[in-house]
Amino acid sequence: MQPIHLAWVDYAILLAYTGFVIGIGFALRRYLKTSSDYLTSGRSIPAWVTGLAFMAANLGALELVGMAASGAKYGIATAHFYWVGAIPAMIFLAVFMMPFYYGSKARSVPEYLNMRFDYRTRCLNSISFAVMTVFASGISMDALAKLLNLLLGWDYNFGLLITSAVVLVYVLKGGLTSAIYTEVLQFFMIVLGFAPVVWLGLKDIGGWDILKSRLAVVAQNPAALSLNDKTFAPDAWSSAWTPVLAGPAHNPMGVDWFAIVFGLGFVLSFGYWCTNFLVVQRAMAAKNMTAARRTPLIAAVPKMLFPVLVILPGMLAVALATMPAKLYRLPPVAIADTAFAPAMADIKSATPDTADAAFDKISKDVGLKLDQAKVTAIIKANSLSPLPDKELKVELQDAVTENYYNGVILSLVKRYCPAGLMGLALTALLASFMSGMAGNVTAFNTIWTYDLYQAYIAPKKSDRHYFIVGQATTVVGIGLSICCAYFAGHYSNAMDIIQLVFGFVNAPLFATFLLGMFWARATGTGAFLGLLGGTATSALFHALTIATGDMPGIKGAYLWSLSGHAVPAGFQFPSAMAQNFWLASFAFIACFVLTVVISLATKRTKSDAELKGLVYSLTPRLKDDDQHFLLRPAVLGTILLVACLILNIIFW
Amino acid sequence: MGLDIRWPIGIMFTLISVLLIIQGAITGPSDKALGININLWWGIVLLVFGVLMLFGAARAGKEPPKQR
Repeated sequence: MQPIHLAWVDYAILLAYTGFVIGIGFALRRYLKTSSDYLTSGRSIPAWVTGLAFMAANLGALELVGMAASGAKYGIATAHFYWVGAIPAMIFLAVFMMPFYYGSKARSVPEYLNMRFDYRTRCLNSISFAVMTVFASGISMDALAKLLNLLLGWDYNFGLLITSAVVLVYVLKGGLTSAIYTEVLQFFMIVLGFAPVVWLGLKDIGGWDILKSRLAVVAQNPAALSLNDKTFAPDAWSSAWTPVLAGPAHNPMGVDWFAIVFGLGFVLSFGYWCTNFLVVQRAMAAKNMTAARRTPLIAAVPKMLFPVLVILPGMLAVALATMPAKLYRLPPVAIADTAFAPAMADIKSATPDTADAAFDKISKDVGLKLDQAKVTAIIKANSLSPLPDKELKVELQDAVTENYYNGVILSLVKRYCPAGLMGLALTALLASFMSGMAGNVTAFNTIWTYDLYQAYIAPKKSDRHYFIVGQATTVVGIGLSICCAYFAGHYSNAMDIIQLVFGFVNAPLFATFLLGMFWARATGTGAFLGLLGGTATSALFHALTIATGDMPGIKGAYLWSLSGHAVPAGFQFPSAMAQNFWLASFAFIACFVLTVVISLATKRTKSDAELKGLVYSLTPRLKDDDQHFLLRPAVLGTILLVACLILNIIFW
Repeated sequence: MGLDIRWPIGIMFTLISVLLIIQGAITGPSDKALGININLWWGIVLLVFGVLMLFGAARAGKEPPKQR
């Protein structure tokens, strides 16, 4: 991708936005008096603000870029992450779980675990979560710095440091409130920055019906765009359910309906939205119980509609790529700088007669799949009259057939945005990364200060002490994130392993919360060992299974290859996504069963009185009678669920 | 918290909308954006949004604070 040159107006928009987020941090500083103001916002924020922040905190970390990539790769089935995954989980959180989180006066999710079970689960959860947030923000910062480098030609270090400096300033000054307020600003920025791009894309193609007919072309021959080796029914990219119900071989995700509904919908999504402190923290900062319960419900409304903004661009891109008149192609994977020299030497030494042999050599040099016809054409042209290196580079890059899916959304921004709108769209992109980073940092602050520092290292200090520790943690947290960003940039394999391990830890977590909140008999020992057992199950599952076509190793199934066996057919999944959904399902079931069995075998350590406000059956029902009928969480939740169901049916 | 978030949102988007409208007025329709003067039109959309936010914040500021 050639770097984009920004005009003055683009920089002005970028600066205006940066100035405002920093200004919000400074404006909030004078309201912060205690550690709780800094770390939990003193529970003072209205519901619509926490609701939009709830949604925006999750919007960061590659969501915008990643969902468009999936939209291109899998089509509208990507919306299952929203319409099967997120929405029901958010409604469950609001109606059933929020009363315990908020009502228990816990300041964090691990602190709730401490009240409900004991210090062991709290310790396990807070340490794994703290490490995870630092790595998550590091990964997203690394991605952002690379993107700024690719897109604007900014130096990697400069991009990394300047964006972290902005986040540091506003989180340090205004704490969680500042992060939440700027997340709202970021939410509007993202919506208003990307909406015109999507609109122009849809208009360019000629509307939904033409998009659908182009997607049918894609589905019947996805190999033409190097999307997939198989062929599918015409509706594989434009229907959410029909291809999934037809079975794993009939949809590009390679999944079946059970993996979607149970693995993705129930285990992974409920696990994320209902227990991840990053998002739950936003609801816990609300000013009262009603506002706390409304937070996820308010967030669910834009979340439900977000596929238009984040998935549709990917679908538009693949459709455009099938229309020769539009002169658009999916962005190819960039050739590494070090690979150009040997590849170009091979092109120069080749003649049209030796083109076939040269092609194999050049492909090896580049390390990517290339288009043979294009490479032969380059060799031919070069042997007639030698091309300058610059032109050769461009031509060779164009011959790459592997797609750089994460670049899809940017290729559309570049295609449709004139100076001005370009600044707006890029600011929106920057905003999404910053909101993700700030979300992680504020969650890390609270967990470290309250759940690790206050709980285990230095209990019973003055509030002022924790306030200062909270601020120091912000600096340390961002410093650690920067280290992780460099680490991620240099050791992408190590990063994959770390993310894999977090996947193992997170997969069973929802079972622990479900039993903790709805079964008074669940004991501390049961929860702790169940969680460990669930994590071990996911690690074992990963060690034994693999997606067909992947090499045993980091992708899974290494136990078979270590013992010298081939992976049996029963342990192979049609896709990595299917493997992941099934892994989560097994981990959940293992954790659930183990927790139940061990709880029944051990004595309860907490009495009914101690569990009041923490367990469903021992807590007086909340009375919603004073609220307008339509605004009661259960009623509102039902309406949203129906709306979500309708969306599923429309795009069936 | 003492700060109504609608103020900064409103001011920022109004400011950005003015930048876009000026840019649109100077450069006219763009070939990239299918021959539409997207800066001008989207600037107007942002202006409406920004002004609505400011209007909401100003109206809330006048009312006596609601009881908790």
